[in-house]
Amino acid sequence: MESLNLFIKSIFIDNMIFAYFLGMCSYLAVSKTVKTSMGLGIAVTFVLTLTVPINYLLENYILKPGALSWLGESFAEVDLSFLSLIFFIAVVASMVQLVEMVVEKYSPSLYASLGIFLPLIAVNCAILGGSLFMQQRAFDSVGTATVFGLGSGIGWLLAIVGIAAIREKLAYSNVPAPLKGIGITFIITGLMGIAFMSFLGIKL
Amino acid sequence: MKNKEILLGPLSKNNPVIVQVLGICSALAVTSKLEPSVVMAISVIAVVALANVVISLLRNTIPNSIRIIVQLVVVAALVIIVDQVLKAFAYDVSKQLSVFVGLIITNCIVMGRLEAFALSHGPWESFLDGVGNGVGYGLILVIVGFFRELLGSGTLFGFQVIPQVFYEMGYMNNGLMILPPMALIVVACIIWVHRSHNKDLQEK
Repeated sequence: MESLNLFIKSIFIDNMIFAYFLGMCSYLAVSKTVKTSMGLGIAVTFVLTLTVPINYLLENYILKPGALSWLGESFAEVDLSFLSLIFFIAVVASMVQLVEMVVEKYSPSLYASLGIFLPLIAVNCAILGGSLFMQQRAFDSVGTATVFGLGSGIGWLLAIVGIAAIREKLAYSNVPAPLKGIGITFIITGLMGIAFMSFLGIKL
Repeated sequence: MKNKEILLGPLSKNNPVIVQVLGICSALAVTSKLEPSVVMAISVIAVVALANVVISLLRNTIPNSIRIIVQLVVVAALVIIVDQVLKAFAYDVSKQLSVFVGLIITNCIVMGRLEAFALSHGPWESFLDGVGNGVGYGLILVIVGFFRELLGSGTLFGFQVIPQVFYEMGYMNNGLMILPPMALIVVACIIWVHRSHNKDLQEK
């Protein structure tokens, strides 16, 4: 029940885009068609589901103050938490490399349409943000951390597919010239964010 | 390119946030108050400028294929320093910024400037470019933070600026301004104003 609650919460209430604005760059740049954004969303979900638990293990067995005590008494005092940013980003970068290779092999068309944004997932704030939130909230098990990663990824996927669908229709609307393109996308994201806030306070 | 142009261009015509649409990721969530916005702006200016210089000095020795990783490591090291400094000297603000200091690593402005500028220019020009882009980014953060704190809480830097008399006459703070979605809408308004003055930036 705990996990289900966390899952729903990380999709709707703590949505990466609407509540924390993470991963906005690729969100704004790739959301022109539903198909591409779906592909990117799935890639992001996949990477998040992998990196959050891996970083959770790193955090708990290497980085946290006293986490090295499994090596022996003399390591119990070691505090490596200042290294966490480097560790996390290294895991993220290598995972992205892996996903890139897999996508290139099995779906060349998706690979071509994602273009530069696939390697850029490495610097997608949503991915590193997921790991940092995991560190901040100190989940109690790997399972919970995985659920959190998966939920955040699906939330991100939902947001980017939603905005892509709206932007496809928006092409036919008469928007004031200075707001065309990026301006109106910001406003729509804001309105979607307000809509998502109606999920606040849901408890399972 | 003239040095002056490099430094001042990013303030308006080539602003990283509202024209290049970079770095929105970790930015907007910190703008609900003015103080964290200013601290965030200063941190980003420091990181972009220094990372630009370092990468510019290394640019002839970095193999092209691993440049992203090298850039990430340099940026991560700088961000760790900023993070530790903030924790030491401005602990309260550092708590408010929570994970967003760490997310400077994946701030698209940093990577974008490294890729687009530092890899092909000398250290002094890169430094100016970094400062210019950092300030351009900070400018938007401060404007957004100013309006959100003023309208949302009636304070600036935590001091009350809207006279008590107004409240007695029935004026109320707009609680909506504190919530995340309004940051997007405020930025959209800035884009609107900016693009109505600079017609050449409007999208067709």
